[in-house]
Amino acid sequence: MDFADSPEEAAFRERLRAWVADNNPDLPASSTDDAYWAGQAAWHQSLHDAGFFGLSWPVEVGGQGLPSVYDVILDEELAAAGAPPRPGLGYLVQGILHHGNADIQARFLPGLVNGRVRWCQGFSEPDAGSDLASLRTRADRDGDEYVIHGHKVWTSYSDDADLCIVLARTDHDVPKHKGISAFAVPMDQPGVQRMPLKMINGITKEFGEVVFDGARVPAANMIGEPGEGWPLAMTVVSHEREPGELGYVGRYRKAVKELTSQVKADPDAYDAEQRRELAWSIVETDMLRHHVSRRLSERLDGITHTTEGSVDKLLMTWTENTVGHAALDVAGAGHAGGDDTWLKMYLYSRAQSVMGGTSQIQRNLIARRILGLPA
Amino acid sequence: MDVRFSSEQVALRDSVAQVVERLGAKAVGQLDDAERVAKLDAAVIASGWRELRTADDAGAPWASAVEVAIVAEELAKGVADAAFVGPTLAAELRRLTGTEPSSAAETVALTADLEALGSSVAVDAAGATGVLAVCDGALVEATLGAQLPETDLTRPSFEVGADVVAVELPAEAVTRITTLGLAVTCADLVGTMQGGLDLATDYAKDRHQYGAAIGSFQAVQHMLADAHVLTEGSRSVMLHAAWAVDALSPEEALAAAAGAKAYCARSARAVCETVIQVHGGIGNTWECMAHVFLRRALLSSDILGGVGPNLEKVLAHHGIGSSDGLR
Repeated sequence: MDFADSPEEAAFRERLRAWVADNNPDLPASSTDDAYWAGQAAWHQSLHDAGFFGLSWPVEVGGQGLPSVYDVILDEELAAAGAPPRPGLGYLVQGILHHGNADIQARFLPGLVNGRVRWCQGFSEPDAGSDLASLRTRADRDGDEYVIHGHKVWTSYSDDADLCIVLARTDHDVPKHKGISAFAVPMDQPGVQRMPLKMINGITKEFGEVVFDGARVPAANMIGEPGEGWPLAMTVVSHEREPGELGYVGRYRKAVKELTSQVKADPDAYDAEQRRELAWSIVETDMLRHHVSRRLSERLDGITHTTEGSVDKLLMTWTENTVGHAALDVAGAGHAGGDDTWLKMYLYSRAQSVMGGTSQIQRNLIARRILGLPA
Repeated sequence: MDVRFSSEQVALRDSVAQVVERLGAKAVGQLDDAERVAKLDAAVIASGWRELRTADDAGAPWASAVEVAIVAEELAKGVADAAFVGPTLAAELRRLTGTEPSSAAETVALTADLEALGSSVAVDAAGATGVLAVCDGALVEATLGAQLPETDLTRPSFEVGADVVAVELPAEAVTRITTLGLAVTCADLVGTMQGGLDLATDYAKDRHQYGAAIGSFQAVQHMLADAHVLTEGSRSVMLHAAWAVDALSPEEALAAAAGAKAYCARSARAVCETVIQVHGGIGNTWECMAHVFLRRALLSSDILGGVGPNLEKVLAHHGIGSSDGLR
């Protein structure tokens, strides 16, 4: 058991560190500033083109084909340099790698990985949140195409997306989990209406809803077989729950580093409770980093798609909540005006226990599938 | 980076688990079974686990702190009433000072609040015939005094008796022994959490109310799920701390161990309280094993400090000192 870099990993870290020093775009935080999204695509492409994105994904789709633990190094170095975190797309890549045929993978993965094609995820609906399988969006076959009608919500980045991975009902005569298929639907067409949603911290670029009213998608854009939409969704959400796929360790470490610098500059200005909150944010962020190292090491013999992501999701959520509380307690809510970045960071942290499946749902999954408790 | 156990480490873990399964106490009444306790102690002696940190010819420990953590976790999982943390720290003190043990079975002494090496309380002293204490920066061989009231029903503490011989204890040795002690108590806490969680999960599957197993109710499921997540987070941070003992600089390793200890101590109390809650009324009776886990967690938390002192160490490592502390 070894947490240290191998010689190859150390060389990679050194190369990465030098590159980041010259290429940090100094974007504002993704969770607090709409301006982040204006520069995020360029950051993604820049990371990818330098060979520092998609580290563990296959070379054929634009990845680097490296062991999964290299992502830990990437997150550490980005945070240490104060650079933006890596784009959190791993769950989509895993879903398409696991369920898409060779044609789907060849057509869609390179653009997703290299950042030239922007994706969003059309899963949740107004009446299908935690109970995702009750979704009502339908896809009806019409020649070589499917026609889509339905309403999707919490569709992150739908404003900027070129493609949406849409879950839609294609068979109405089977149990609800069995009749769902997944499609890569082009967003720029008359049958797609995008409506941004303003989040509680005021940002408008992240959240959105999308109405599909006769949108058309080639049948060849179906990802997986007809009826494979539910297993695909479970693959995607299981990885959407993993900090290792999301790069969030980097996001938290960057925030904690800034808060630590602030307190260190004038420790006497902070009381014992504020210092304690800061200490917990340091401890939990480190915990999450080591937990991700452990999880990604388990993948060295090959990736699995399991309920363990629910454990990771809760650890990640608790860590983000702790960092959010430290931000609020150390930096303040800005009642007297001035910079409201930390207030926005705190307010955004409220979403972490909901996105990608609520904490309540994660607890249900852990209880049933890991602890083996009865239904 | 590869944070998986080697096949030798897996074999070590399994062999400890087998001993605990065979000779550990399965019920509170068995804690008083002197014949079983003696057999368990003999098995631990025969295994050589207490000598993992003794010096080889070059003065290095025979095994890394990761192996120590593996043994500690498995012993704690079965609330094994055989000394391990104390003798392991005593062996490390002997190794770091280059001295030979003068009695067959040594443990260590800590301050009265257990937060640091000291000369007040000999911990984890079952079967000990000598104790290593620290007085005024010197390492002292002492005898054991009277047994103290039991917090942990599996690991008795004793007063420290008259001292005999003193040797110098360098500051770096204090840092290193503290780091190992924090890491090994983290491992003990992780094992305690896992064993307690397993006990409560089994109970939730068996105990029926309203015509259904209580483990089918979401309120109970969510408590146990949270306990599982806290245990897994603790395990990750503990494994890093155990690795760090022999791999990082003394200062870096101490910071890693302190952060891990704060996290594991807070988690262990929450998990062990859940174990009692899930057991309901029976969990509040002496005869239920639930409190054996909680009591063990309380001692492991306090050895070399629990949440407060270790959060202070973390802040100090980041250059944030404080005169009034966190408490």
